[in-house]
Amino acid sequence: MRIHFKTSYEHDIRLFPDRWSFGVYAALLILAVLLPFLIGEFYLGEVTNVLIWAIAGLGLMLLTGQTGQASLGHAAFLAVGCYANTILIEQGVPFIIAFPLAGVITGLVGVVIAIPVLRLHGIYLAIATIALSILADDIIVLLEPWTGGVSGKFPEVINIFGFEIERWTMPTRFYYLVLVVTVVCTLFYRNLLRSPLGRAFAAVRDSEVSATAMGVHIARTKGTAFGLSCMITGWAGALMGYYAGTFNNETFSLVISITLLMMIVIGGLGSIHGAFFGAVVVAFLPQALSIGKDLFIGGSVAIPGLETGVFGLILILFILFEPMGIYGRWMKIRIWFELFPFARKDMFKRQKSYLKTERLR
Amino acid sequence: MSLLEIRNATLKFGGVVAVNDLSFSVEEGEVYAIVGPNGAGKSTVFNLISRFYEPFAGSFQFDGGNLLDCKADEVADLGIARTFQNIELFDHATVLQNLLVGRHRHRKSNLVEELFFAPRVRREEHAHREAVEEVIDFLDLQPYRDKMIAGLPYGVRKVVELGRALASGPRLLLLDEPASGLSVEETQDMRWWIDDIRKQMGITVLMVEHDMGLVSSVSDRVLALADGAKLAEGTPAEVQSNPAVIEAYLGAGAA
Amino acid sequence: MTLRNSSTPAKLTLGRKLLSRIDRKKTYSLVCFSSAVTKTPSLKKGACGSRRAAREEIGQDTARPGWREDNLDVLQLLVSGLANGCVYGLIALGFVLIYKATEAVNFAQGDFMMLGAFITLGLTNAHHMGLPFWVAAPLAIGIMALLGYLLDFFVLRHLFGQSQTAVVILTIALGFVIRFVAGVIWGHEPQTLESPLALGDIKMGGVVLGMADVAVIVVTVLLTLFLYQFFQRTKLGLAMQAASQNQMAAYYMGVPVKRVQGMIWGLAGAVAAVAGILFASKGAIDPNAGLLGIKAFAAAVIGGFGSLPGALAGGLIVGVIEPFAARYLAAGYSQIAPYALLLAVLIFRPHGLFSQVRVKKV
Repeated sequence: MRIHFKTSYEHDIRLFPDRWSFGVYAALLILAVLLPFLIGEFYLGEVTNVLIWAIAGLGLMLLTGQTGQASLGHAAFLAVGCYANTILIEQGVPFIIAFPLAGVITGLVGVVIAIPVLRLHGIYLAIATIALSILADDIIVLLEPWTGGVSGKFPEVINIFGFEIERWTMPTRFYYLVLVVTVVCTLFYRNLLRSPLGRAFAAVRDSEVSATAMGVHIARTKGTAFGLSCMITGWAGALMGYYAGTFNNETFSLVISITLLMMIVIGGLGSIHGAFFGAVVVAFLPQALSIGKDLFIGGSVAIPGLETGVFGLILILFILFEPMGIYGRWMKIRIWFELFPFARKDMFKRQKSYLKTERLR
Repeated sequence: MSLLEIRNATLKFGGVVAVNDLSFSVEEGEVYAIVGPNGAGKSTVFNLISRFYEPFAGSFQFDGGNLLDCKADEVADLGIARTFQNIELFDHATVLQNLLVGRHRHRKSNLVEELFFAPRVRREEHAHREAVEEVIDFLDLQPYRDKMIAGLPYGVRKVVELGRALASGPRLLLLDEPASGLSVEETQDMRWWIDDIRKQMGITVLMVEHDMGLVSSVSDRVLALADGAKLAEGTPAEVQSNPAVIEAYLGAGAA
Repeated sequence: MTLRNSSTPAKLTLGRKLLSRIDRKKTYSLVCFSSAVTKTPSLKKGACGSRRAAREEIGQDTARPGWREDNLDVLQLLVSGLANGCVYGLIALGFVLIYKATEAVNFAQGDFMMLGAFITLGLTNAHHMGLPFWVAAPLAIGIMALLGYLLDFFVLRHLFGQSQTAVVILTIALGFVIRFVAGVIWGHEPQTLESPLALGDIKMGGVVLGMADVAVIVVTVLLTLFLYQFFQRTKLGLAMQAASQNQMAAYYMGVPVKRVQGMIWGLAGAVAAVAGILFASKGAIDPNAGLLGIKAFAAAVIGGFGSLPGALAGGLIVGVIEPFAARYLAAGYSQIAPYALLLAVLIFRPHGLFSQVRVKKV
């Protein structure tokens, strides 16, 4: 078992608590960089998909896991990011500016929407964001001159100072682009966690009353969280647009919103790892199911709703038996090995928790 | 001039008068206790000072400024920190992080700096942590520094909440029943801490408390409330021997 | 097995088919989710003639320029709107029942409705079990009540102490599972319930009214009266009221709160079954019909989430707004109307039109 002896404040502040964890994450990054040389194009495409989902997951995690505001409408912000990026580039803005700007625009749109919506609590927020997700679809159709409506849009080939990136013909380049965005978003997330704002997010999540008493402006903090969350989601949306190669009003549907929320719950709420674990499940579940179907039923049989059904079932099992998600399970296994053979059976017994009523009476 | 001066404060919930034309003032450097039976409006007074409730009438002066000009989240900036009757900590964070939230009013960095963790953010983090470590030393919280609140016993949570309020570096500390639910030993610790907070740190303390032992040993002046109105005010001994107070606590005819 | 990259829009949509709709360029469906339901009215057989089918398509067809029919007049819009509204209202009633009692929100209530409809259909229809409707309907209601109770007993009770969000996500997932199971058992083809409520149309001075619509309204009124009596008069009803107003106090007064909560889930299941039967009597039903629940949500919120009469009223409002918006608003805007109203209510009267705001005690 590793024990951290803290000898300076830096121990708590720096990105990696010790050399060991620095080594692990450095190795992971090196592996990620070398990946295109290790696996074929098909699997590289799948990994790219995982990373894009993970970015979107990070975005929602910031809002739901960190600030405690569940959003069932984040697909709308994927759409905003995707359309903003594409439209900016069509207007002649170079990718290197358009892409970051698309995120910022999504963030601003998010803040504007957050102002009335975030006054709502719990289920009201969930319902308002559902409505948002449904409306996004219709609004995209109404804004046909800009969005292309039902016929949709095709993102142009990315051009960074003459260096071209295209998802289908140059999957390796696109993979690296996504990897860079992933690393940047993860770093942003980590930096927030170790600065006052990240703590204010957690404060709002756990007790609005005492956060207020400590000088945290609730509405402003929630709005900031929503904005940042939307910014990251917007980037993910822009990348999804490229990954898909074409998109229209139906691409970013309510089901995407719900999948995104389920994903971070399965992964483990409130942790960066959770976003990545969840993304792996979402991206590979369809493949796993189609392999399973081939083995047991025969590949040609189409079962509508199978993916969502299985996904829902997995989620129910997780909420019942491992509310901390895959990340929670992962931590437990790790601790078990670190303590071996001293781990006790009831070590991870859930703390008794009491219902904190959200009902106003 | 008094540090906190409340005049003719009145608050009604529907038809119920929670605080009725209440006036009192807290001097700089004293420990001022509010006592009274359940439902007397003690916590309501705190919530008025924290600006969670809007008074119907009355004036609230803090250090010469009008408290009513502040919003609830601006009260902390004036240097007023508080604890809650039913502990309101951030359950899914460590003790250290809870105390650091107490430092939130000293945040100077902005969003962009924090996203990139600019040098200034790092410098400030060091300063925050230094301040928090002082509080941890003062309250003997070292063993719990990196523990999650959710797993801590009640008594420790109470201390952490006090620590979070202290970490903000307040001028006025509002303690809502600091000893409720604590064991005899823990109450004893609390008494010493309140004494030290006043004497060493020079922080003025306004507290609501039921434990008359604690009240009489630490407080300079006591205000007895009943049905939202002032019953008696004075030294602990004076208030305890006041016939009106005895009647409010024990019922008519008991004396 | 075909190895193909899961392209984002095609695949990440994990079941985007759920939301599939008719090509918008041709017809603007009433509201996206209902399209799956309303687009196949012609499957309705026997009693319901082509006129009925035409009326079913109000949402789509009024938006089509140039389409007018004389007898499509306000009263008709009103009746069909009210009938839809009754179904929304009943689903919303289920939400509110559960919310008041347990502070949980059952996002699967719409799918309960669908399941109730399919169970009835499975018991009644000739090519399934062929039981008489009047045997099958009570049986289905009973089964749904039992399912509701068991769901609480085996699943939700174990979530005690977890956040509301966990319950929200769990019930959404449950909705997916129910939809999948229903699809496996009964298939994805829209089916019609062989219901005695589908009585055909009557003509009254140029106005054609669907008897099914009228029947739906009548049944809803009766059910509401029954529930009102149940809550006011019976011991169990009073216990339910007590448990939802103050769990702790009710517990001290000897109300077995947990069991009562289970029964409320059961009651919500039964109400959903009734809503399902009514819905399936009006038109075809398929496993995605449960998505209608989202409109019922709008209804519940508009009515104020804590009030039973409010839920019904909200349902009626949403139900009536739909056909009128489809008739009088421009094509792209009409299907937005219920959600726009929902957002407006949330922003300006967050606690609904029919309830008063309360302040949390610190």
